Amino acid sequence: MTDLRDPSSPDRTDRAPRPAAPLRRILAHAGLETRILLSNGEQLTVAIALPALVLIGLWLLPLGRLDGVPAVDTAVAATFATALVSTSFTSQAIITGFDRRNGVLRWVATTPLGRGGYLAGKILATLATHVLQVLVLGVIALIIGWRPDLLGLLGALPVWLVGTVAFGSLGLLVAGTLRTEAVLAVSNLVFVLLVAVGGIAFPTSSYPQILGGLVDLLPSGALGELLRACLASGPFSPGSALVLVVWAVAGVLAVVRWFRWTDS
Amino acid sequence: MVCAMEDHSPALVADDLTLSYGSVRALDGLSLSAERGAVTALLGPNGAGKTSAISCATGLLRPDAGGVRVLGADPWRSSPQHRARVGVMIQDGGLTSGASAMRLLRYGASLHEAPLDVDEVAEHLGIDSFARTLVRRLSGGQRQRLALALAIIGRPDLVFLDEPTAGMDPSIRRRVRELIRGLARTGTAVVLTTHLMDDVVGLADAVRVISRGRVLASGSVQEVISEHRSADGAVVVQATAAGVDPEMVPALEADLRATAARHGARLEITSGGAADLESVLLELMDADHPGPGPDGSGAPAATAVGPTEEDRR
Repeated sequence: MTDLRDPSSPDRTDRAPRPAAPLRRILAHAGLETRILLSNGEQLTVAIALPALVLIGLWLLPLGRLDGVPAVDTAVAATFATALVSTSFTSQAIITGFDRRNGVLRWVATTPLGRGGYLAGKILATLATHVLQVLVLGVIALIIGWRPDLLGLLGALPVWLVGTVAFGSLGLLVAGTLRTEAVLAVSNLVFVLLVAVGGIAFPTSSYPQILGGLVDLLPSGALGELLRACLASGPFSPGSALVLVVWAVAGVLAVVRWFRWTDS
Repeated sequence: MVCAMEDHSPALVADDLTLSYGSVRALDGLSLSAERGAVTALLGPNGAGKTSAISCATGLLRPDAGGVRVLGADPWRSSPQHRARVGVMIQDGGLTSGASAMRLLRYGASLHEAPLDVDEVAEHLGIDSFARTLVRRLSGGQRQRLALALAIIGRPDLVFLDEPTAGMDPSIRRRVRELIRGLARTGTAVVLTTHLMDDVVGLADAVRVISRGRVLASGSVQEVISEHRSADGAVVVQATAAGVDPEMVPALEADLRATAARHGARLEITSGGAADLESVLLELMDADHPGPGPDGSGAPAATAVGPTEEDRR
C-alpha cells in the first residue's frame, strides 16, 4: 500500500491523477448532501415535520383561507411554500455555515469539485429534497382531501424554481457572512417569522393594509401569493412574480459579492 | 498522442511571496521550492507563515505580490485537472461533520477518475475501525487519518500535509510515516508542516525554516544543523548501545566521558538527531524573534538570547 504508484507500471498513464467527469463530481456532491440532510433528525424536522404541521393546522383551523376556496387548497399552497423556505433557506444556511466553520469550503476549493461544483451539487441536493418533501406532504394532503389541478401544478413549477434560487441564495448569504452561532439563530428565527407573518401561512389580503404592502415586497410574500394563485385559485399578481425574480437576482448577486468561503 | 516525459522541474516554486491580513504581514518575501519525489518540511513557530504559504500554493489565498507555481501552473487559476494532481490536507480538517468516515472517503474518491482503492487506504490507515462513525464523533487523531486519506486518495503528484501526524498514537504515526515515505519513493512531491522534530528527522529530504513570513534556513536536515548550529562547538553524535547490562550503564558512560576527555571534549549523553534539530530551530527562532523583555518593551529576555545571525558570521 505504501508504494502508491509504481513508476515502472505499464498502466501508469491510466492511473495518472485526473478528475472525474464534471457531472459525476456534481452528482457525487449532491448525493452526499442529500444523504446528510435526510439522515439528520433536526433537518428532517425542519424539512418535513414543520411543513406537515402547517398543513394540518391550516386545514383544521379557520386561518389563512380564501373565500370560496377549499381549506385544503390554501393549506397545501402555504405548506409547499413553507417546505421550500425550510430547505432552501434554513437547512442550507445551517449546513453551509457549519461547512464554512469546519473548513469544508476551503478543502472543497482544493479538490476537482471546486467551488462551482460545490454550489451546483448543493442546488441539486436542495431540489432533490424538495421533490421528496412534495411527495411526502402531497400524500398527506391527498389523504385529507386535496385534489390537485394539473395546470396549477405546472404553473407552480417555475415559481418553485425561482423561489429555490431566491431563498437558496439568501440562505448562502446568511451562511457566508455571519458566524456559525448567528447563522443558527438567524436562519431559524427568520424562517418562523416568514412563515407566521411574512405572507406564507396567511394571504397578504388578510394583513392590515400598510403591513400587507410591506409583506408583498418580501420574497416570502411573493412566493406565498404565487403558490396560492397556482394551487388555490388565488388572484395572480404579476407584481409578486416580479418581486420574486428581483429577490432571486439580487440574492445571487449578493452571494457573489459578499459570500466568504472561510471564517478568517 | 501524449508523450510521457519525466519532468524534473520542482513541483513547487514560490518566489518572493508577500501577503498581509490587514496590518499583519503573514508572508514577507518568502521564497522556497519543493522537489518531486522528496519530502520537504516547513518548520517554524505558530504564526510563522507556513499555513499562509500553503494556502497560496493551493489557490486558497492570492498573494499580494510575488509568484507561485505548482506543477508548472498558477494555483489561483487552477483547473479541475490541476486540482486532481494536488492533494491537500488542511490544518482544520475540512471534513463534513454530518457524514460517516467511510462515506466521506468514498465521496472523495468519486471526485477522481482513477483513485486509489478506498478499502485498501482505509485499512492501511485504520479508518475501517471507525468506518461508520460520523465525522463529528471522531477523535482528533481519527480525523487526521481521514483527512490524510482524502488528500492522497486521488494519487496526487504533489501533496500538502499540514501537521499530518498531530494527535496520532505512535503506531499510527509510524504507519503514516511509512506511507509518506512511500509517496515520495514513487515520485510524489510531499510538502508538510510539523512541530514534531522526530517526523522531520525521520522523513524530510529537505527542510525550510520559516519565521515571520520568510525563510531563515534551507537545505537537508544535516545541512541546516551544520550551517546553523550554535557557536559553542557542540556536536551531536547519536549512537545506540545494544546488549548493555543496565547496571553497567554508569560505567559505560564513564568510559565514554573518559574517551571524550582524551579528545579534549565534554560529553552530554542525552540528545539525538531530533533534539539537535529542535535546538537549532529554537535558536533560529530566538535570534529572529526575541521575546518581550520583563518590561514588555520587546527587549531580549536575559535567559533566552542565543547568538544572532550576525554573531555567527
